[in-house]
Amino acid sequence: MSFFLVQVIVGGLLLGAVYALFSSGLTLVWGMMNIVNFAHGDFVMLGMYVAFVVFSVFGVGPAAGAPLAALVLATLGVIVYFALIRHIMKGPMLAQILGTFGLALLLRYSVFWWFGANFLSLPNNLVGGTYDIFGLRIEASRLLAGIVALLVTLGLHLLLTRTSLGSKMLAVAEDSTAAQLMGIRPDTMQAIAWAIAAGATGLAGALIATFFYIVPTVGETLGIVAFVTVSLGGFGSVPGALVAGLMIGVIESVSGYLIGAVYKDIVVYVVFLLFLWFRPQGLMGKA
Amino acid sequence: MKLKNILGLAGAAAISLGLATGAFAEDKVVKIGTVMPMSGGAASIGTHVKAAFDVVTDIVNNAHPELGNFPLAKHAGLAGLGGAKVEIVFADNQGSPATGQNQTLRLITEDKVVAITGAYQSGITLTSSAIAEKYGIPYVNGESVAANLTERGFKWFFRTTPIASDFAKVFSEFLTDMKAQGGKIDSIALVHDNTEYGTSVANTITSTFKEKGLNIALDVAYASNATDVQSQVLQLKEKKPDVVLMISYTSDAILFAKTMQAQDYKPGILLADDAGYSDPDFIKAVGKISQGAFNRSSWSSGPAGSPSALIADMYKKKSGVEMDDTVARQMTGLFVLLDAIDRAGSTEPAKIQAALKATDLKPDQLMIGYKGVKFDDKGQNILASGGIIQLQDGENYVAVWPKANAEKAPLLPYKGW
Repeated sequence: MSFFLVQVIVGGLLLGAVYALFSSGLTLVWGMMNIVNFAHGDFVMLGMYVAFVVFSVFGVGPAAGAPLAALVLATLGVIVYFALIRHIMKGPMLAQILGTFGLALLLRYSVFWWFGANFLSLPNNLVGGTYDIFGLRIEASRLLAGIVALLVTLGLHLLLTRTSLGSKMLAVAEDSTAAQLMGIRPDTMQAIAWAIAAGATGLAGALIATFFYIVPTVGETLGIVAFVTVSLGGFGSVPGALVAGLMIGVIESVSGYLIGAVYKDIVVYVVFLLFLWFRPQGLMGKA
Repeated sequence: MKLKNILGLAGAAAISLGLATGAFAEDKVVKIGTVMPMSGGAASIGTHVKAAFDVVTDIVNNAHPELGNFPLAKHAGLAGLGGAKVEIVFADNQGSPATGQNQTLRLITEDKVVAITGAYQSGITLTSSAIAEKYGIPYVNGESVAANLTERGFKWFFRTTPIASDFAKVFSEFLTDMKAQGGKIDSIALVHDNTEYGTSVANTITSTFKEKGLNIALDVAYASNATDVQSQVLQLKEKKPDVVLMISYTSDAILFAKTMQAQDYKPGILLADDAGYSDPDFIKAVGKISQGAFNRSSWSSGPAGSPSALIADMYKKKSGVEMDDTVARQMTGLFVLLDAIDRAGSTEPAKIQAALKATDLKPDQLMIGYKGVKFDDKGQNILASGGIIQLQDGENYVAVWPKANAEKAPLLPYKGW
């Protein structure tokens, strides 16, 4: 195996961890409420802009920007739940799709109006530089995003499986009427789920901003990957999103390197479709 | 009651008087239509053009003796039409060929413009100029580079900008010159996206380089708006081409610059084909880690006090951003059109068309580095040309080639960060 291929695989794993990081919020909402949130990519975008504003106003990096982005987005998540999701959940599937799609455009063009169409960027090397380990190059910013991805995945998984809050949330997801009879308020649980999902997404955005460009339409570029990751990993499965993210990252990088960059998406989607053919519920989803 | 009536009458009289004088003054206004992206993805271009064309009308409509012999600057208004003022009517193409076409129709039939300039995106220039052709209205394009625009046998279409094949020649001559100065150019890699722009420019460069005996060793194509370009950069790092030629829009150009730094990869020469590398956003985001990048441009501000430097100052005051190659080419297109109307001494379309055909502007009559403006039978400016600029300090491009127009000598190898 050539040295370059090792670098490609390591890079693919780091990329995949980032994919997993910004998909975990989507899998929570999609899996628990059966809501396809088309505004998910734009939540990532908002997290990036929060990090940018925090840096340009206070001059501090993701240490402050990331928690703040998580907080801002969590608040937005609750607002979105009560103002929009709660109502469209009663409507037909089409209304849900168009509702979150409308939200995506609203967020995108509000940012467009306020910040303009320009490409913004955080300074290079805001998070350390690049580590050189026997010639293997690892960016500190991507490594940080990767580690946080693992922690967020672990945290969400523990929350859902080991805490009473998690059990209540899952109970609502399973059967909200029955949960209500047991004294669980579905509204509160789902609002909390939205806060957690949007918060994790905002956190992801702030970390991605340390090595990616920032522009109002960036959600379009990133959003589609999140949908593929979640359906490959299995709806509602947080560990599934992590494994799927890593898989996609590595497949993309290796095929881009060996076959050519224009073909890498073809390879990813062929693998994706073949996989769903045999296992439509995804890697770790329930059948 | 009576008093009210009288007041009303007086008011009406005043208004009609005002209207009458308005109409009188309007006889001396020459209306030019322009179709530009004022909204949508390329909206920032439209904002820049608005400021730039305001500067042009200021120069033409008011006396600017400081610009010396620059055409149309000395007197207020168009001397050939008894000092008539120029008014630009803006229309938004919304980034859509169909909208561009409708707006052109509106400009011609409702606003009664005497000539049109536009429309930035080649695909929209294609549709909107077809309407002007149908109505027999002169259309001058200053910035669209798709080759087919001047291959349609149109009689009312004129283009002042150099096109892809011109730049391919510039690149090959520049690289050959760099070799003479000790640079290595034995293997060249083309890196381009899969859009109309990326593929057509890459094809033109490939065929031109082949003719000139330059060796393209590697062709790295990628899907535009990539989420990651690490594998492409590693391909380059492994194959070690002497020259990397980048044909990329802003988003991908930024990502490439960041990834090259992360992978500690620098080619000997990095040469870019305008687009992303000319975007002020690119320079702000990653200019400091792209030091020494070469780029093509027809624009350079020239020595202080020269007309082009003065015009660049006026533009910066108006828009808040530095003049770039695209805006300068667009302004040049408008200047050429207004010069033709001035010489025609008339707003009759046929006379303007004849004057455009007779255009023969010299380099010192232009604000841009063309060898002049002279149209062939197809309406293409045969004297259009460009040079090479270099991002030496990571903040501002300076002209480095050809030597005659150079502000500084080109620096080799590519420095990066």
